[in-house]
Amino acid sequence: MLKQTEGSHAVAEAVALCRPEVICAYPISPQTHIVEGLGEMVKAGEIKDCEFINVESEFAAMSVAIGSSAAGARTYTATASQGLLFMVEAVYNAAGLGLPIVMTVANRALGAPINIWNDHSDSMSQRDCGWIQLFAETNQEAVDLHIQGFKLAEELSMPVMVCMDGFILTHAYERVDMPTQEQVDAFLPKFEPRQVLDPAEPLSIGAMVGPEAYTEVRYLAHAKQMQALELIPQLGREFQEAFGRDSGGLIRSYRMDDAEVAVIALGSVLGTIKDTIDEMREQGVKIGVVGICSFRPFPLAEVREALARVRSYVVVEKSLAVGLGGVVASNVRMALAGRLHMRGHTVIAGLGGRAITKVSLHRAFAGVVSGELERVHFLDLDTNAVNAVLEHEKTVRRSGPIAENVLRTMRLVGAKIL
Amino acid sequence: MVTGAEMLSIAAFLEGRHAQAFPSFGSERTGAPVVAYCRIDDKEIRLREPIMAPDALIIQDPTLFHQVDVFAGLMDDGYILVNTSRSFAELGIADVVAGRDARRLCTVPATELAIKHVGRPVPNVPLLGAFAAISGMFSLESVAKAIGEKFSGKVAEGNIAAATEAYETARRATKEPAHA
Amino acid sequence: MNQQVKFYQTGTRTVGNRLLAPEQRAIQADIERTNSLNCGHRACQGCGEALGARYAIDAAMRAANNQLIAANATGCLEVFSTPYPETSWQVPWIHSLFGNAAAVATGIAAAMRVKGKPDVRVVAQGGDGGTTDIGFGCLSGMFERNDDVLYICYDNEAYMNTGVQRSSATPGGARTATTMPLGEHPGNPFGQGKSVPLIAMAHEIPYVATATVADLRDLEAKVTKAIGIRGAKYMQVLVPCPLGWGAASQDTIKLARLAKECGLFPVFEAEFGEITGVSKIRSKVPVEEYLRPQRRYAHLFGKTPRAEDIARIQAKADRNIKKFGLLDQGEA
Repeated sequence: MLKQTEGSHAVAEAVALCRPEVICAYPISPQTHIVEGLGEMVKAGEIKDCEFINVESEFAAMSVAIGSSAAGARTYTATASQGLLFMVEAVYNAAGLGLPIVMTVANRALGAPINIWNDHSDSMSQRDCGWIQLFAETNQEAVDLHIQGFKLAEELSMPVMVCMDGFILTHAYERVDMPTQEQVDAFLPKFEPRQVLDPAEPLSIGAMVGPEAYTEVRYLAHAKQMQALELIPQLGREFQEAFGRDSGGLIRSYRMDDAEVAVIALGSVLGTIKDTIDEMREQGVKIGVVGICSFRPFPLAEVREALARVRSYVVVEKSLAVGLGGVVASNVRMALAGRLHMRGHTVIAGLGGRAITKVSLHRAFAGVVSGELERVHFLDLDTNAVNAVLEHEKTVRRSGPIAENVLRTMRLVGAKIL
Repeated sequence: MVTGAEMLSIAAFLEGRHAQAFPSFGSERTGAPVVAYCRIDDKEIRLREPIMAPDALIIQDPTLFHQVDVFAGLMDDGYILVNTSRSFAELGIADVVAGRDARRLCTVPATELAIKHVGRPVPNVPLLGAFAAISGMFSLESVAKAIGEKFSGKVAEGNIAAATEAYETARRATKEPAHA
Repeated sequence: MNQQVKFYQTGTRTVGNRLLAPEQRAIQADIERTNSLNCGHRACQGCGEALGARYAIDAAMRAANNQLIAANATGCLEVFSTPYPETSWQVPWIHSLFGNAAAVATGIAAAMRVKGKPDVRVVAQGGDGGTTDIGFGCLSGMFERNDDVLYICYDNEAYMNTGVQRSSATPGGARTATTMPLGEHPGNPFGQGKSVPLIAMAHEIPYVATATVADLRDLEAKVTKAIGIRGAKYMQVLVPCPLGWGAASQDTIKLARLAKECGLFPVFEAEFGEITGVSKIRSKVPVEEYLRPQRRYAHLFGKTPRAEDIARIQAKADRNIKKFGLLDQGEA
């Protein structure tokens, strides 16, 4: 049913349709509305046979999830930013144990400086933790990816992270087609765990593994992600048959058929990029975009194929590998290994919630087309401000706190409203 | 204000249009100055940037004029709707509205209307009613339906009454543009 | 018919099982015992933790009618019981992390509730490091929510698995690898201490108990009682570590008994925040008698004995005796 609703609420409803049995909740912006919605539904009896547990930290949230999932319950939690970092040890553990937990990450920047706004630093910090990472472009896709996510997780016995842009999606009201319970029930079978803590069949889970077998256990984690490369598109097709919508998959190309320049991005910024590309196309620029939905596993072959005919590309990403450049860009470059004739650019954009505007994208993409853009470009960077701070540090030993120096230079006190 | 933009998007959705409402993502504190945006279109809305050149401005708290440039980027033929019982001149923004189409300028005492009908100073809904009147983008009926999606019982009834009175007030005011 | 029970074992206060009625016998004496922690594990000779865990989990199994799931923190118990691909556990058992056993157990208990299996009981277990330090947040959360879990802390007063480093359960004056007997104040500084049993009581959870491996019948009885209670339960069991304490393997039980008899380790039970039972000291000993056989305290008894430190430790024991009423009237 079509409805106009908040992204978080839509995701809460989607998770409810998946019949979760244990939900662990710890509040952190911008994830709060999702778990609040679920808590309300459990209390009101709208989600039957479900335990909603308010825990004392994100570390506990993931740990409770590990326990309940290992005991055979379909388990869900959500987090963001510092919360994801706080649970990191358990995040790796859930993946290592092969527990099919589904978690929403309402993407948000990492401190310091503390910042509650959107970027992808949180999820990207966990790119190698062993979870599948799916990025939603719209709230509709966020809904659909959760439903696919549970099926994917349980078929592979591997946890799935559904990443959606904090605030930009979680707090946005837009049109969402909510599936019915019957549709979801038909798509998502009952959870049949591969391993379960059961007094009838006692087994030990989580034993120490030495050098003689650790590599093999890790290889299997990798092999499963390689299986996911097959399964994700397959589930996308099954989903389309059942729900009539093309959602998920590994990558999605837009106006790439005759493109000479490609943009690569993930998440909600793809919408703004598509609008920008349409305008550039009107001006005769042969440009297209490849949206990455599955960041882990990373679809190397698909990205390589999608970019087979372009002469240059730019990765627009909301994350920064400090001291290197782009996180997504490094992965894309691996997909393009050997293509020496291709010129690649990285645009670091939207950090800490800075709006990514069409105007700025036009400027950056024009630089890609002409080849004049730096290889690693920070979109809308206030170079005067950073240069002034660097100069200040050269002249004064006790130069003071970095963030405060930047703000002073920019004549800002705290965050602007816009 | 956030709720106002959300309900505006619901009203537009109910008329079969695509709508996208989102807040400026500031502090979670109630009472902090916030901006919320709403885009309405006949096709899917993909753009995710903040609205920098709005077609319409709904100002819930006119005391913000002195803190923030709320009129930045407003289109020349844009709508301005202010929650106040005073006139534009009394608010000290006569220069801003000078030269604009008077039919697209309106003040409505939304807070008073909310207190009268709902019993609480929640001006969102009456502002929405007034905006339906001056913009003609959606009907009062859709506003009532959107209210029904957000509230129920007496609160819904009170809000519908407040929206209706604001709608009438705004219609009268923009038909006889005496201010500015 | 005042027939005297004849004690065949002299010099002890132990009653042999064969002299007791079957229902009074230890669970370990029962041929039906589950051997939850089976032989073949790799604990050190004289390991107090292996002994405590074996008695505790077998007792829990019997009390739960074999419907038991255990979550284990990282530590000696986890490492020596499950070197891949072997496991000594005859119960469904999971090890996740060092600091999250309580939370994992909460998750298991939630799953049992939602699956309609209220008869399955859940135990979490860890050492003092995994409990009083790194797992403390999760433990407190589990208490506060009153999750239906029995948490058992096997307390050997330091991080033994990593090579005997200080934990918040390490007593003042004790030598560890990170509190060496050097300088002006050798050994572990005398801090304020951290009694997790008392902290558990502050949560007013249904059941808190301490025990030692010197009185295994008491340990079994307390575990049995705890398994029968719904809600959060906490037990702290003193388990001497021959390696970490620098003690002879055959002295594990003796040291546990001396810890209780000198007053340093009060053995008690509490329900909903109120103490309901105390194991009285049978024959009070000075702390010196407990400290001397342990090399971790050797520097207190060197060429220049540190009488002041010994007095501080004695004062701690005396405070416990007074606070918990460990001596019968007139014995003090």
